[in-house]
Amino acid sequence: MNQLKTDAGVQASTGSRIQRVVSPMGIEAWLIEEYAVPLIAMEMSFEGGAAQDPAGKAGLANFLSGMLDEGAGPYDAIAFQEALDEHAIQLRFGESKDAIGGSLKTLIRHQDKAFELLRHALTAPHFEQNAVDRVRSQILGGIKRGANDPNSRSSKAWMARAFAGHAYATPDEGLADDIATVTADDLRGLHKRLMARSHLKISVVGAISAEVLARELDAIFGGLPAKAELAAIPAVNPAGLGELQIIDLDIPQSTFRFGMQGLLRKDDDFVAASVMNHILGGGSFTSRIFQEVREKRGLAYSVSSSLYPFAHAGLFFGGTATKNERAKEALDVIRDEIVKMASDGPTEEELDKAKRYLIGSYALRFDTSTKIANHLTAMQVDELGIDYTDKRNSLFEAVTLEDTKRVAKRLLFPGQMLVTVAGRPVGL
Amino acid sequence: MADTAIASTFHLDNGMQVVVIPDHRAPVVTHMVWYKNGSADDPEGKSGIAHFLEHLMFKGTKKHAKGKFSNLVSELGGQENAFTSYDYTAYFQKIAKEHLETMMSFEADRMTNLVLSDEDVIPERDVVLEERRMRTDSDPASQLSESLSATLYVNHPYGLPIIGWQHEIATLDRQDALNYYARFYTPENAILVVAGDITEPEVKRLASATYGQIAARGEAPKRTRKVEPPIPAARRVELADPKVEQPSFQRYWLVPSHVSAADSEPYALELLAQILGGGGASRLFRALVQDQELATNAGSWYMGDAVDLTRFAVYALPREGVELKTLEKATEAVIAKLIDDLSERELNRAKTQLIADTVYARDSQATLARMYGSTLAVGGAVKDVESWPARIDAVTLADVTAVAKKRLLPRIAVTGYLLKEEAA
Repeated sequence: MNQLKTDAGVQASTGSRIQRVVSPMGIEAWLIEEYAVPLIAMEMSFEGGAAQDPAGKAGLANFLSGMLDEGAGPYDAIAFQEALDEHAIQLRFGESKDAIGGSLKTLIRHQDKAFELLRHALTAPHFEQNAVDRVRSQILGGIKRGANDPNSRSSKAWMARAFAGHAYATPDEGLADDIATVTADDLRGLHKRLMARSHLKISVVGAISAEVLARELDAIFGGLPAKAELAAIPAVNPAGLGELQIIDLDIPQSTFRFGMQGLLRKDDDFVAASVMNHILGGGSFTSRIFQEVREKRGLAYSVSSSLYPFAHAGLFFGGTATKNERAKEALDVIRDEIVKMASDGPTEEELDKAKRYLIGSYALRFDTSTKIANHLTAMQVDELGIDYTDKRNSLFEAVTLEDTKRVAKRLLFPGQMLVTVAGRPVGL
Repeated sequence: MADTAIASTFHLDNGMQVVVIPDHRAPVVTHMVWYKNGSADDPEGKSGIAHFLEHLMFKGTKKHAKGKFSNLVSELGGQENAFTSYDYTAYFQKIAKEHLETMMSFEADRMTNLVLSDEDVIPERDVVLEERRMRTDSDPASQLSESLSATLYVNHPYGLPIIGWQHEIATLDRQDALNYYARFYTPENAILVVAGDITEPEVKRLASATYGQIAARGEAPKRTRKVEPPIPAARRVELADPKVEQPSFQRYWLVPSHVSAADSEPYALELLAQILGGGGASRLFRALVQDQELATNAGSWYMGDAVDLTRFAVYALPREGVELKTLEKATEAVIAKLIDDLSERELNRAKTQLIADTVYARDSQATLARMYGSTLAVGGAVKDVESWPARIDAVTLADVTAVAKKRLLPRIAVTGYLLKEEAA
């Protein structure tokens, strides 16, 4: 009980401190002012990532995210990089299936330069041909490095089968043949479509006031088009359930991916499912699968399951790697645990412990300005509300044993897992 | 700002060193215990024992049954883990501050009361073998890195993998683990680092009541390591595997570490690694990736936190159709040119970045705790962490070019090629 008091204290120190800042142009950001360290962390998310790649251009969104700092505004690629380095500014762009993200970290004494560089990268990237070709070679190199990596092979095979025919089927970094055809105009086109103010979420943590931030938001983001042009992405359920696919790779270990239908983030059962999954395979040392696979049998170093709430599909998804000779045993043990959870659910004691962890660890997860800003952005993307940090733990506290049993029955169908294995598994 | 990241240190009566790093932004603490022994202290023929014992430290003790500590950390909402390196092994928890004493009491308990049974040891050894299969044996690039280190060091144990050789891991048993534990897990060999919402007097009181109760052993265990001789030969390692789709070139040199050097050479090496290969404006990246369009990526690194002679490395990944030999020659030319025409502007840019990193580190309790812990565990002092920015700032252009000229010689380098083995 001691612990619940602390949680409330930590929440008060973050939740109630989140300010909604709206610029004169109407650009919104969530801000936590924090002056203990002289830095500013800004995280942003533009809706529409790899799922928006046009037909025949798989990997375009990832390519775009790699081009934004390759020359922008008055800076060529080298000058841009030098300007970042000279001011120790950290600026990175990346993408996921559903968004293009940006991450900026600067010392306050260089904030003007940092905001200027961010503005150029977002609003005036060059897409010069030699930079396009250089980034293309880097992406192709990355695809080649993953070509025989068992984790990459197993995951890609899983997604390709589960989402065949849907935008989620192709890997975010794209397909080599498609990457080869990407032009500067393709990149300009996607930049114009996705990087706009209408589907943009921004969060800031650090030594900056709401007044100054409001002004800077217009300066940085004001030059973006008002409205994004997003293609409609259909909702999709994973296919291939019940199948097992082996990817032959001459290595001593079998690398598994297993999964089935999960939940969208907005599903009413999502919190209960998170608690149930924590008990089944989400919580490292404590989870049932970890105990059975690693602790009792020494079958694997790493084994876990997670809920992946994409924007248009929900997955229950997990993985492990075990020596080829014991591949069947490992899969059987995992299946058994899923069967048990589906039929009996967790025990009262397991539920209590899981809730204690998930509640107590919430505040501890956010131990850097960047991590806090990232969470604020996720709260905006998932439409959880600005008061979410204050109410989040009570949502977990409210989960009952019945909830977890119901959600286990709703989600877990061990006979309907799609399983991919890279390696030379024996007995499968 | 004044109360942030100013560390203090003291010793308990039994010889255990304590470091306190206040950070009052949230009611959280990071609690770490560092032991001044790592894989380079593994007895001959027992490679991997330091890392194996790290795994076994999560089994039970005389006081607490197996799993009790981990379950408690979890119930309290905390996070925990451990890691093993060449020179140290460390255990940590991040937790709400009122649980600090509980963490200390459990961590102190497992410093002396570890109980191991074959039922725990044998499956855990399989876990470590799976870890090795996952990290190394299934990945040709990792296998090449392992071979490069094994070739660079002909005598010193840094040439052995931290996780150990597979055939030696397979023979490690309960008694090996207990012998190693008895030798190294002592208060004189341990450093407690607490970062977070806490003051030095509080830490002193709690640490005395827990770690302070452990009997002193009299003196700290000695690291007894064979010394690496200067090898006057260039060596080449090639690994060809059908699974390699992206070849790579790497080169390693033996260089002084912060602890093994008597002078400021390591600070010049830190800057050299940054100027040569730290990011998109670095010499290697600009020359090989941007200007000559030979590589998709290129860079360098320096492992300065080490007890003995350590590694400086450069690497490059060729673009399609570029020979590794071409990359190797181009890399040598980049180093020669840097010695010739390094500019003050480049040096200052590198200094700005390295010094800014120490400010960014103050945003993360865990990063701060690791900075102090790793420095002290290899034999440095708290003042070495705090004087680091000034020491970096004091490096001159001549220092950097001199160290590049002296250390990065092709004729004593170990060069690695990762190649695709074509089907016969």
